[in-house]
Amino acid sequence: MVSTWLSTTLYDIAARYDHDRHALLQMLREVQAARSCVPEEAIQFFARHLNVPIVQVRGCVEFYSFLHATPRGQYDIYFSDSPTDRMAGGLAAAERLAALLGVEFGEPRSDGRVTVALTSCTGHCEQAPAGLVNRRVFTSMTEAKVGQMADLVERGVPVEQWPEEWFRIADSIRVSGPTLDTHVHPGDALRAALARGLPQTLDEVEASGLQGRGGAGFPVGRKWRGAYETRGIHYITCNADEGEPGTFKDRILLAGYANELFEGMTIAGLLVGAEKGYVYMRGEYEYMLPGLIDVLVARRDAGLLGEDVCGTGQRFDIAIHLGAGAYVCGEQSALLESLEGRRGIPRVRPPSAVKKGLLGQSTINNNVESFVQAAQIALNGGAWFAGLGEEKSRGTKLLSVAGDCSRPGIYELPLGTTVRELLELCGASHAKAVQIGGAAGRTVGRPEFDRHISYADLATGGSVMVFDERRDMVDLARQFAHFFAHESCGFCAPCRVGTQMLQHYADKLAAGQGSRHDLEQIRRIGQLVKGYAHCGLGETAPNALLDTLERFPEEYEAHLLEAADFVPEFDVDAAVSEARTITGRQDHLHPIHYPAPRIEP
Amino acid sequence: MTERNTFTLDGEEVPFEPGQTIMNAALAAGRYIPHLCHHPEFKPFGSCKVCTVRINGWLGASCTTPATKGAKVESEAHDVQEARRAIVQMLFIEGNHFCPFCVKSGDCQLQAVAYHLGMEGTYLPHRFPSRRLDASHPDVLLDRDRCIACNLCARASRESDGKDVFGLSGRGVDTYLAVNSPSGLLKDTNIEPGDRALQVCPTGALMVKRRGYEKPIGERRFDQQAIEEEWESDY
Repeated sequence: MVSTWLSTTLYDIAARYDHDRHALLQMLREVQAARSCVPEEAIQFFARHLNVPIVQVRGCVEFYSFLHATPRGQYDIYFSDSPTDRMAGGLAAAERLAALLGVEFGEPRSDGRVTVALTSCTGHCEQAPAGLVNRRVFTSMTEAKVGQMADLVERGVPVEQWPEEWFRIADSIRVSGPTLDTHVHPGDALRAALARGLPQTLDEVEASGLQGRGGAGFPVGRKWRGAYETRGIHYITCNADEGEPGTFKDRILLAGYANELFEGMTIAGLLVGAEKGYVYMRGEYEYMLPGLIDVLVARRDAGLLGEDVCGTGQRFDIAIHLGAGAYVCGEQSALLESLEGRRGIPRVRPPSAVKKGLLGQSTINNNVESFVQAAQIALNGGAWFAGLGEEKSRGTKLLSVAGDCSRPGIYELPLGTTVRELLELCGASHAKAVQIGGAAGRTVGRPEFDRHISYADLATGGSVMVFDERRDMVDLARQFAHFFAHESCGFCAPCRVGTQMLQHYADKLAAGQGSRHDLEQIRRIGQLVKGYAHCGLGETAPNALLDTLERFPEEYEAHLLEAADFVPEFDVDAAVSEARTITGRQDHLHPIHYPAPRIEP
Repeated sequence: MTERNTFTLDGEEVPFEPGQTIMNAALAAGRYIPHLCHHPEFKPFGSCKVCTVRINGWLGASCTTPATKGAKVESEAHDVQEARRAIVQMLFIEGNHFCPFCVKSGDCQLQAVAYHLGMEGTYLPHRFPSRRLDASHPDVLLDRDRCIACNLCARASRESDGKDVFGLSGRGVDTYLAVNSPSGLLKDTNIEPGDRALQVCPTGALMVKRRGYEKPIGERRFDQQAIEEEWESDY
């Protein structure tokens, strides 16, 4: 039986979203926040109330990392687990906290007091170790501080009364350029676009050479033109799902440049005749929601959004949707699926989103930075932007730098800047390797530090991670392998199984059980996943392993079991250990297989 | 006279209708491209990737890629066949596929495609999953350990049976075939033994109870002929 209290609450939640089934994920997030889980009654209620298959509702709960079918602890603590968090001691801090509280990762304590878990990069890498407690972001949470955290949890002190400095988030801008220096007064870019003419503004965006700032680099003007020339209903969506490990530049823009973002979306909306825009922001950034809503309200009051935008007679408004812990939703079509209230499974292409996107309609989907820069281009003209950067990569790009450097943070630099120049700026004098573009990006070693950060060479959505001589490249690649095995959506066979296999072989190497054959398997399966996966996630999932294998072969050699060409997967001793325990046989003292048995007498 | 729309498949011309996929054009022309999640009767899904071909130098699933005039499509290139074999090996080690004891042996497309691709072993560490079995229905059995998440049953149930019994749920390697009922069990659905959803299962994941050995091993579909000769009888 559904209790009256619960059904009333669920009804109210649905009402807040106009009973729109496409907002299912938003409703489930609210239930999770209120009840610390999405109980079975809620799943059944939404299926009935919104008239969607129950498997769709259950599917969302099972797909998104921040939704749970069973209750989490009263204090729900996540530690960000990106390589740069680990390097700052994040994993050690998380392990220490779990030990102090007597919990296993991801398992609520039997008294329901607390859960400690690891989660994918939360986007605060320059202030690592970072994490979340009851959806609030904490930063610089070192092992030394978790003793106090454990104490606060045990004493039941509300999170609101925890030390304020734990929740301080710096903006970390180290080098600013035209994008960060240009603050558009609300409405100015929009009025400039209208004065020039919207089609003429599209010409300017095309002339600017602006390419998608999420990392893929598709020309923004060409995308807008495609939608402009497509008849019918249109939508504008903004990808603010910044989930690539090591990327935090959209966080800076969402916090300080929301007007520019909304202005860019509005210009695109008026151009193609869209009436609605959505910002899909990762759940980890929920703390920025009130500020963003304030900006939206102010813009509505100023006539820059709403029934009649800027006296044009055109209607356009923007809503913000939150993700719930799924890296794959940064993939454009998975993002659209998620916005429609389903699991984030990338769609089949063609058709492109410009032809058939949100709700089957023509959709312009751009990254936060792309919309911000498009607004600035609308104000200042295309030539202003095209004059920066290099031939095939125009303009400046926001880079988020973290890891082994003395000045981590945001660097706005012209595209074409070399890796070496960036390393000098950020104070990374001992860098051995740099990961450009996050887990999905490329690893480069010292001989390649003169390569350019640009769409023509090393493309990135913003992530730059620096590793110095102390770092074990095999372990770093292994962390990325784990990341993809966790974040693969599971739709296509090559990625679903392949990422598991890559994780398996990386673990085998790390355990000192690797052989040359295993390196061959990594190469073979890596190429297969790259070539045959359904979407960009799979296509890039093996990059870190393949790149480090090519550039740091000596580190892999050091991990191999000496002189072994082949180490079997099947461990006879492990397989018969249970039978030995039951029968009380002692034959494990005489290993029947290599390697030696792991069981203790 | 209008010029015919054709592309080449391993050097031979194949005609197509505008909007037709490479797969459906090939099948209509009597050419076999190995596949598991595809069935021409139902909406393309594109998840198993076994039907991947090289189209003008680019790899793409032939079941979801529209045919284009003059395209050069390679299906039986050595590296493509090798990759297909590896994908099928992955599907084998992902679940528990115990051909010698499986009642679907000889009628199983996963097994038949593996034979077609010359797969002699799996050569990958087996995952030995232990997924929830659903024997709640009096006439239908769902053994998820033999499911390859092709979603064909879900499509057939919707598009052919006019029901909505199945859907994929979970994430990543925990993706599984979920049953669309409040209890999540087959007994609470309107599935019936004659449903198309059960016939299209390419493996032994969905079976009608008490019919396992109606046809003896040795006389089954792919016991008689290899899948590349036999596939047409399915459609």
